[in-house]
Amino acid sequence: MTTQPITLDEAMAFTWYEADLLDSAQYDEWLTLWTADAHYVVPIEPGATDFENSLNYAYDDHTMREKRVSRLRSGLSISASPVPRTIRIQSRFRLLKSDADGCDLRCAQILTEFRRGRERNYTADVEFRLVRDDEKLKIAQKVVRLINSTEALTGIGYIL
Amino acid sequence: MTLTAQADPDIRPLIQPDRAKTTLYTDPEIFSAEMRKIFENTWVWVAHASEIPNPGDFKTGQVGPHPVIIVRDRKGAVHVHVNRCRHRAATVCEVSKGRTNSFVCPYHGWSYALDGSLRGVPYEKGYEGSLDKSQFPLRSLRVEEYHGMIFATFRKDIGPLVDFLGPAKKWIDLFMKQGAGYPVTTLGEHKFRFPGNWKIQLENTTDAYHFPLVHKSFLTATDKETQASLDMLNKGGFVEDLGNGHSVMVMIPELIDLEDNLDAPIPEKFKDLAAELAKDHGDIEVRRIVRAVGGSGFNLNLFPNVACSMAFFRVLQPISVEETEIRHIAIGMKGGPAAGNRARMRLHEFFQGPMGFGSPDDAEVWDRVQHGAQGDHDLWVMLNRGLATESATAEGHRRSDVSAETGMRAAYAQWARMMAV
Repeated sequence: MTTQPITLDEAMAFTWYEADLLDSAQYDEWLTLWTADAHYVVPIEPGATDFENSLNYAYDDHTMREKRVSRLRSGLSISASPVPRTIRIQSRFRLLKSDADGCDLRCAQILTEFRRGRERNYTADVEFRLVRDDEKLKIAQKVVRLINSTEALTGIGYIL
Repeated sequence: MTLTAQADPDIRPLIQPDRAKTTLYTDPEIFSAEMRKIFENTWVWVAHASEIPNPGDFKTGQVGPHPVIIVRDRKGAVHVHVNRCRHRAATVCEVSKGRTNSFVCPYHGWSYALDGSLRGVPYEKGYEGSLDKSQFPLRSLRVEEYHGMIFATFRKDIGPLVDFLGPAKKWIDLFMKQGAGYPVTTLGEHKFRFPGNWKIQLENTTDAYHFPLVHKSFLTATDKETQASLDMLNKGGFVEDLGNGHSVMVMIPELIDLEDNLDAPIPEKFKDLAAELAKDHGDIEVRRIVRAVGGSGFNLNLFPNVACSMAFFRVLQPISVEETEIRHIAIGMKGGPAAGNRARMRLHEFFQGPMGFGSPDDAEVWDRVQHGAQGDHDLWVMLNRGLATESATAEGHRRSDVSAETGMRAAYAQWARMMAV
């Protein structure tokens, strides 16, 4: 395992890849992008850091991520039949820290969903903790901080 | 010039004991009448005491369309004020929660104490001594509390909260046992909106009939024990009309009283939690916490806007005739073991809220109801399920099987009583 710091270019290319997998519903590949103990988090309170001891919109370990994917595919969930189409744009990337252990990357994400004639938007700061694992990048944590997280949302039947 | 009184819709042709016209979901005039006749005339839930534990703590909310502030004063008393400056109507607070010493209007600087009294008026000499500040406090509602649940009303002359709750009090007492010996405290909330009328959600709280179908995705994602526990149509549960529009739906009869059967085996799904709790807690306390972690085995629907729903408070806020905001407020043990509260929050996240495995499917079918309700307003919404097998309990409450629409009939009967006045 090499400990070469992750560059901004590498990190950007990787998170764009993750975004594309989600928008194109390639969930099997998406599930392999994570380290074994990684969490996908959508917190409620701005600035929250102790996600485990807080109520979140989503606090998914690997098992929950698998369940979320199954839900999108099963056809049993009426809100995910059909799954909303999404297109997300990520930009304003900033490498907050990068060293031998990995990197902290922050970016802006603007997502449009479309389903049953309705178009809705969700805007967020997305924070990635990325690590290098056997030459590949992996997500050690992904935190999606919605700009309106403390307001009423609508049903979000997909992965942000 | 004469003022025209606001016309009251004649609701008599729109409702019968076992059915209602879909215009109840779609007519803006009916919505407007509901805001006046129901939300200004009864006890409306505004907060749980644990949301504002200390002097100066406040949160903002609504009673019907009225923006309000719920605040605890220096002496510990809770006030509910209309969030409107007595001068020229601006809101005096636009922060959803926090702590303060006073409320100051941003427009001309009129300032109010926590109890609502008007304290300061900038450049007061412009009123030439004619402004009697004692006549211009924030408009305050009447406030009463039961078991930490804070309700407010515009009416000075209706009966006390305890009389309004009546037989529902027993179920609130049972519900609060999920503190497992600790005081019940709120742990945060999920807030979401759906494009539909508020009564669609009101109905759903005592609708077991939809559960196996709408929540099949959730049930599939959960474990076998939970599936068995939530097999609610086959567990001998019931729905009971508690009067005043309130009702209770018992889905899991063995979890009515969380202090019963503490010596029952700990379910496999909670073995890890029990082991973690056992490091710091005695056997009986571990059992009490574990038994309560998934909440009570019933939904208590309190007309018009709150429910004690298994392990959380469900609060509904009408926004317009075709938009409703819902809050699912998680609850847990104040000062209790963090592992227990963590387990409760993870269970809440699993089902509730905009990204849960349950709520979005509910929101989707309610959205479909509102859409379908645009079709042929002569058709009835049928609320007659379980009517044939309904019987009276010893206390005279109507009761039927768990999938019956008894709770909806109870709510609509109260709706009709209040709307007919």
